[in-house]
Amino acid sequence: MLDPPPIRDDLMKPMHPALAVAADPVIEVRGLDKTYEGGFHALKGIDLDVRRGEIFALLGPNGAGKTTLISIICGIVNPGSGTVTVDGHDIVRDWRKTRTIIGLVPQELKTDAFETVWNTVRFSRGLFGKAPDDAYLEQLLKDLSLWDKRDARILMLSGGMKRRVMIAKALSHQPTVLFLDEPTAGVDVELRRDMWAMVRRLRESGVTIILTTHYIEEAEDMADRVGVINKGELIVVEEKTTLMQKLGKKQLRLQLHEAIAELPQALSAYQLELNGKRDEITYTYDTQGERTGITMLLRDLAAAGIGFKDLSTRQDTLEQIFVELVKEGA
Amino acid sequence: MNFHFVNVHGIRAIYRFEMARTGRTLMQSILSPVVSTSLYFVVFGSAIGSRITSVEGVSYAAFIIPGLVMLSLLMQSVSNASFGIYFPKFVGTIYEVHSAPLSYLEIVTGYVGAAATKAIIVGVIILVTARLFVDYSIAHPAVMVLFLVMTTVAFSLFGFIIGIWADNFEKLQVVPLMIITPLTFLGGSFYSIHMLPPFWQKVTLFNPVVYLISGFRWSFYGLADVNVGVSVAATLFFLALCLAGVWWIFKTGWRLKA
Repeated sequence: MLDPPPIRDDLMKPMHPALAVAADPVIEVRGLDKTYEGGFHALKGIDLDVRRGEIFALLGPNGAGKTTLISIICGIVNPGSGTVTVDGHDIVRDWRKTRTIIGLVPQELKTDAFETVWNTVRFSRGLFGKAPDDAYLEQLLKDLSLWDKRDARILMLSGGMKRRVMIAKALSHQPTVLFLDEPTAGVDVELRRDMWAMVRRLRESGVTIILTTHYIEEAEDMADRVGVINKGELIVVEEKTTLMQKLGKKQLRLQLHEAIAELPQALSAYQLELNGKRDEITYTYDTQGERTGITMLLRDLAAAGIGFKDLSTRQDTLEQIFVELVKEGA
Repeated sequence: MNFHFVNVHGIRAIYRFEMARTGRTLMQSILSPVVSTSLYFVVFGSAIGSRITSVEGVSYAAFIIPGLVMLSLLMQSVSNASFGIYFPKFVGTIYEVHSAPLSYLEIVTGYVGAAATKAIIVGVIILVTARLFVDYSIAHPAVMVLFLVMTTVAFSLFGFIIGIWADNFEKLQVVPLMIITPLTFLGGSFYSIHMLPPFWQKVTLFNPVVYLISGFRWSFYGLADVNVGVSVAATLFFLALCLAGVWWIFKTGWRLKA
């Protein structure tokens, strides 16, 4: 198993921990609109702030506009109307400055298959205007468990190794803003876990991370804030915990002593669900409501002579929230 | 280095990366053109040269040297530059160049500089190889170097445009094989255009390669089909045309950026 790569302090631009996830935005997107030549309206007036030092998860179904948004900020796709600033610099006017700050791990494995790991990482660093620093690159490759493969041609590497090469290339010029576009797609569970450990370490060193992922449980686990984009529109941007509280429904499940034929009329106000075996009642309630109604329900159940032997609660996962949001926007 | 003005490290990275590719494909990049040019010397220089003893006072074998070098320069410049930019497009690594803090001019300098360097290396090797077959002299070395550089840069720019235009490997081959080679063969590589009938002498003046070969040959033997000043002007015009083309491509993002 791969040890979670310890990112050296001097690998990243140092930032005092107190500054982590400060409220000041490092990326500001205002009214960003993009229509491709074929007429496809990929982004519709996006407004978004990404805070310095946070992990921001951008979620959305395929074709929602995630990659277009990232590509515009990184300079790969020309913006339509609207503005984007990175660390206070406009991506069109001060493109040289903003591109120096940004690192990108694209969705697809795009590498020069015939080149060695070492040369390709060295190439990336030079491309971004940084003087050669073999000591830094050596440490970076060691942190990503690639040092032993430094002289191997990329075509000889496994998919997981190639993915790490992509990350090494993106970090070769010590960016302070890192975009990870589906970084764990096609990566096995173990390596995925290691990669997320590395992402956390990067964040701790002050790097702002914007990630897209289809593994929503990862976003739930990793992100400070979540944005959901659908059909080119940013439909929600929220602290992850707040989003889950706001939109997440909570359910109380009561395991009955014995099955009942039907729910008494007196309990109809609670909109209870009786399961197939008729021995479990589910009560869905709003966590944001002033009262959950649980106390009243338990009292009314007792009054109706319905006893229960066990109870449990369950909250919507981010995935369920995401599916609901996207369904609503459809 | 003042990074705010020129990304020297970026240019160097592209240049070195492209030059390193030559090292990996030594057979294709260096040996192949040298072998094929040597064959031209054997076939044209020895076989035909034994029938045509001299052209305007220069032995036929020596006469064809500038044309053969020019043929290789054009082919190498175009193919190196077109492949250099097409390959990252094909495998998708071009995203990195687009997202890097590199101006269009810096990108072109890296790719075209490497392509032109490789073509010049091949040209010089062919000149050295030719010495094994023929005794020749260079009357105006400075002008020869000027033509060498102008031609390789101009045609590397042309190749760069082809590499951006091409969306498959077939297109990458079409222009060098279907346009550059015929124009070079019909541009006086193996003959003086004065040897043609008057009508075809006029027609051949529409071939831009005539001016390159004529100017280049003048730098060797002081012989020219067209005035050397006109040759320099024509080469510069083609260079400017290619520069304008590249500038337009980057300005519009044609076939590069969505």
